Amino acid sequence: MTSNSDDTQIDDIVISGASFAGLTLALALAETFGPELRITVLDATPATHLNTGRRPDSRASALSAASQRLLGTLGIWSRISAAAQPVSRIEITDSSLESGIRPVQMSYDNATDAGDPATFIVPNATLLIALDAAVAAHPSIRVMSGAAVTGLQTGPHVSTVLRADGSAVRGRLVVAADGRRSVLRDAAGIKVIGWEYGQTGIVTTVAHERPHGGVAVQHFLPAGPFAILPLTGDRSCVTWSEDAKEAVRILALDDERFLDELDLRFGGRLGPLALAGPRQSWPLEMHLARAYVAPRFALVGDAAHGVHPIAGQGLNLGLRDVAALTEVLADAARLGLEPGNADALARYERWRRFDSMVSAATFDGLNRLFSNDWTLVRAARDVGLGLVDRMPGLKRLLVQEAAGLAGELPKLLKGERI
Amino acid sequence: MTEFKAQTLGDLPGEEARGENTLDRNEVDRFSRIAAEWWDANGKFRPLHQLAPARLGFIRDQLQHHFCSGSAAPPSRLRPLAGLSVLDIGCGGGLVAEPLCRMGARVTGIDPSIDTIETARAHSSPQGLAIDYRVARAEDLVAAGETFDAVTCLEVLEHIPDPAAFIALASRLVRPGGVMIVSTINRTMKSYALAIVAAEYVLGWLPRGTHQWDRFITPDEMQQHLNASGLAVVRTEGVVYDPLRDVWSRSDTDTDVNYMMAATKP
Repeated sequence: MTSNSDDTQIDDIVISGASFAGLTLALALAETFGPELRITVLDATPATHLNTGRRPDSRASALSAASQRLLGTLGIWSRISAAAQPVSRIEITDSSLESGIRPVQMSYDNATDAGDPATFIVPNATLLIALDAAVAAHPSIRVMSGAAVTGLQTGPHVSTVLRADGSAVRGRLVVAADGRRSVLRDAAGIKVIGWEYGQTGIVTTVAHERPHGGVAVQHFLPAGPFAILPLTGDRSCVTWSEDAKEAVRILALDDERFLDELDLRFGGRLGPLALAGPRQSWPLEMHLARAYVAPRFALVGDAAHGVHPIAGQGLNLGLRDVAALTEVLADAARLGLEPGNADALARYERWRRFDSMVSAATFDGLNRLFSNDWTLVRAARDVGLGLVDRMPGLKRLLVQEAAGLAGELPKLLKGERI
Repeated sequence: MTEFKAQTLGDLPGEEARGENTLDRNEVDRFSRIAAEWWDANGKFRPLHQLAPARLGFIRDQLQHHFCSGSAAPPSRLRPLAGLSVLDIGCGGGLVAEPLCRMGARVTGIDPSIDTIETARAHSSPQGLAIDYRVARAEDLVAAGETFDAVTCLEVLEHIPDPAAFIALASRLVRPGGVMIVSTINRTMKSYALAIVAAEYVLGWLPRGTHQWDRFITPDEMQQHLNASGLAVVRTEGVVYDPLRDVWSRSDTDTDVNYMMAATKP
């Protein structure tokens, strides 16, 4: 595809970013609209992952039941279900590492009202590879790889994305799915509020001798939550929030000593551990875009919001954006309104912004509540968790919420076609 | 594509010139300035932009129901009006004509104002929408003997001195077996409070003097006018405003302020 031919074509939707939100949005739109809608996905990285079928990401994500339904409707779930570990139970504790006995403050069966698992743990790479393959096979999606996005121009009838190789891609609507440092969000003049937590997220994969039985553990330690997420086979993904300075020390340890640190935190619950993947780390922060839309422009996923990973909801929030935007655009198109229609975009913003803000505030609050060792706070939260633990109705509500099944759901999240 | 590039206009990357080789830059700029007003969703036509989804949904559903029910093939989801000819009387900047065209209809839009029609053309042609816009009055088309599958007359009748005569005229543009769709404002205390006091004086949505309350038409009067023109009313729906969500939506029962009516010609 030469840049000359790019200049003359006007797509309906141009999506910048080829990760979860961008690829899922492209598929959802293509499935909903059929070949009548022209979609382009801009990928800043070279297309090598398409050729090799590999994605360099050792993280795993919690997929809510709602996200699973969305992926099912798009034909993705069947490609990844073999690698998806249902979470049967969640145990929450805040015992200190020194205590020999670690009482569980709260635990609950992780099933929706319909009896299905409320959460699945899926390796990020597995999901991305499945999305890559589905997008590449879709005739109405064009993928342009290998050039970073540098700017945005908005006109009365089109928005134009400028790229580092000098090319320009034009669409009736431009969607930024280009992550927390979104270039297009800045180019559109949308400001962000947010803060850093002074915590570092450390992620790795371990194999263990004893089976996890589908139990996910959220262990609240003073420096931040330590989560053990069950993977298929006798493996688990560790998602570990640590004080930034301590994280530097831990990340510099050799494998044997790193394993000792993990052993200390696992407390022997799954038997001897072995490393089964590389270590990755990144600074934890929270951010929210002040607006989700601008003329002929919309934000989805991390470009719109980044939340503390404490509840594993970041990916699910992004997929909620995707489902809502797809539905809003489909409703508009069936009234003959074009993809850049301002009222449709305003409806998308109303639908998603409040929900994202509440989620971000909740996870921020949870992190603040648990990431400290003040005796009083600790006593209060233990009483709180103990109370919740004794109230099955409230627990059920919490599970429904974590399953993404609460609130006004877009159709795709209910497993319905639009 | 060099010839295309040579006509690139300022900050509108090339598209204004597409298919409009005879236009000079000053003219296009002038039309674009006016078009910006009709098409500014937050400008003086804001109420019409907000009404659009409800109106378009009603038109689509009525035309689909009338022309497509009973046909073997399900209608295309994105082009449900494919194959139908539609005349929009008093089309303004094309707020309804453009969506009807995207839904697949062959659309003719008429308006007596030259500036308005030029505005509509300046907005639709760069999008590649083939809409037959004409500076014309309904009587001109009647004189020419033209007829259409459907005729729409939206937010127009309340600005006309003799709506009964106007409906009789417009009905002659509907082919036998076709549909006429009208929308207007009811004459109630609520419509006075909302359409005039609130919209023109309190909220400033519309310029003062946009509407005269005594020209508003009740649904009963509308039905009489349509019947007198040989049309049978098949559906009436209200449009209600939700101030909390700032959204207009369709209502089966509440026709106190804005309402829409579909009538068929035997």
